[in-house]
Amino acid sequence: MTTDIRILGPGCYRCQALYENTLLAVDELGLDAEVTKVEDISEMLTRGIMYPPALIVDEQLVMAGDVPTPSRVGELLTEFFASRPQ
Amino acid sequence: MSTSVELRSGADRDLRLLGSIAAVCAVWIGLYRLNGPFWNWLLFDVIDLSPDERLGETIRFFVFDTTKILLLLSGIIFVVTVLRSFMSVERTRALLGGRREGLANFAAAGLGIATPFCSCSAVPAFIGFVSAGVPIGVTLSFLISSPLVNEVALVLLYGMFGWEVALLYLVAGLVIATVAGFVLGRLHAERWVEPFVFEATVGTAAGVGMRPTMRQRAEMGREEVVKIVRKVLPFLLIGIGLGAIIHGWLPEDFFERYAGPGNPFAVPFAVLIGIPLYSNAAGVLPLVEALYAKGLGMGTLLAFMMAVVALSLPEMILLRRILKPRLIAVFIAVVAAGILVVGYLFNAVL
Repeated sequence: MTTDIRILGPGCYRCQALYENTLLAVDELGLDAEVTKVEDISEMLTRGIMYPPALIVDEQLVMAGDVPTPSRVGELLTEFFASRPQ
Repeated sequence: MSTSVELRSGADRDLRLLGSIAAVCAVWIGLYRLNGPFWNWLLFDVIDLSPDERLGETIRFFVFDTTKILLLLSGIIFVVTVLRSFMSVERTRALLGGRREGLANFAAAGLGIATPFCSCSAVPAFIGFVSAGVPIGVTLSFLISSPLVNEVALVLLYGMFGWEVALLYLVAGLVIATVAGFVLGRLHAERWVEPFVFEATVGTAAGVGMRPTMRQRAEMGREEVVKIVRKVLPFLLIGIGLGAIIHGWLPEDFFERYAGPGNPFAVPFAVLIGIPLYSNAAGVLPLVEALYAKGLGMGTLLAFMMAVVALSLPEMILLRRILKPRLIAVFIAVVAAGILVVGYLFNAVL
């Protein structure tokens, strides 16, 4: 099944950087994933995120408030999939 | 059994981390101490330039200043990033929730400096603060101080003009943010906030509160140093290069007659030019240093720098989603007035 990855952020350079780093990480890992940017503030708020950007994988909050490097995003994704019950 | 082994190896790693941080500190202090003597020895003893000639003095100024500012920048950004990793917008929101105006404005201004922040968090933070019961004026104090008092600017002011100017900048920024937020609160600024802000439901972030380990904090500090130094280096080199040329060659009273500290129109003019310009402090400060050397008043220049970093068009456009144009106008006017006062004050004092 295609993984749904969303980057939440109102469209600043940090959000753009996370988006690009995530694309690189997905590419590196060879994941079957769709990466989208979400600029709608209400979604950030309902999740309680006040310091964008945030990384959401299959509706789960994986990381917020930081711009990790592509390899770090890769680690986060790998950890996330490893800890998720199959 | 296995847990105790893990614990011990964890403690070992922490010790090794502390050891390497201490080693880096020692190297840093050594480099900072040796900066002056080393270049003097290299330029005047080995290459045989003369410190009394313009070329020798200009080159010495350039290499000495570049090294000094890069050292200060890396040191302070590392410390600030590690300290800030203990703070978050969410925590600040909890600290300010339900406070009354007044002292809380000052607390918000202080937290604005201590909390990691960027213009992209302005809108979610604003709504989050309001939903936690933080008064509008207090929220605005926070929003004003976080861009206004900038740690890179602080370091550069210290490196270029000494600690008195850096301290004045810090205090002035805190006072402007405190007073401006308080005044906006008294004006019942909530009239000019889009109504949906008060109805927004704000969840609690599950999992965001993961506590980083010491190693991760140190790692974050190191990454931030590399990121910021890389970003500001070109501006810095151009600025210091200009400064070095001016230092050696240009007459020092170039602007004295037109825009010196004695001209009452210099400060408002500087603020007017500064508002539409948008840049980070690191881009502005080398220019500030070059202009100061040509006889512009320090108050005029600080006013210019504060207008550039605090009042930015992109942030106003983001804020427009939640604030009515009226409040944005009043916001700009109140902050600009604060900056004007600081400009005149510094021109009179320095």
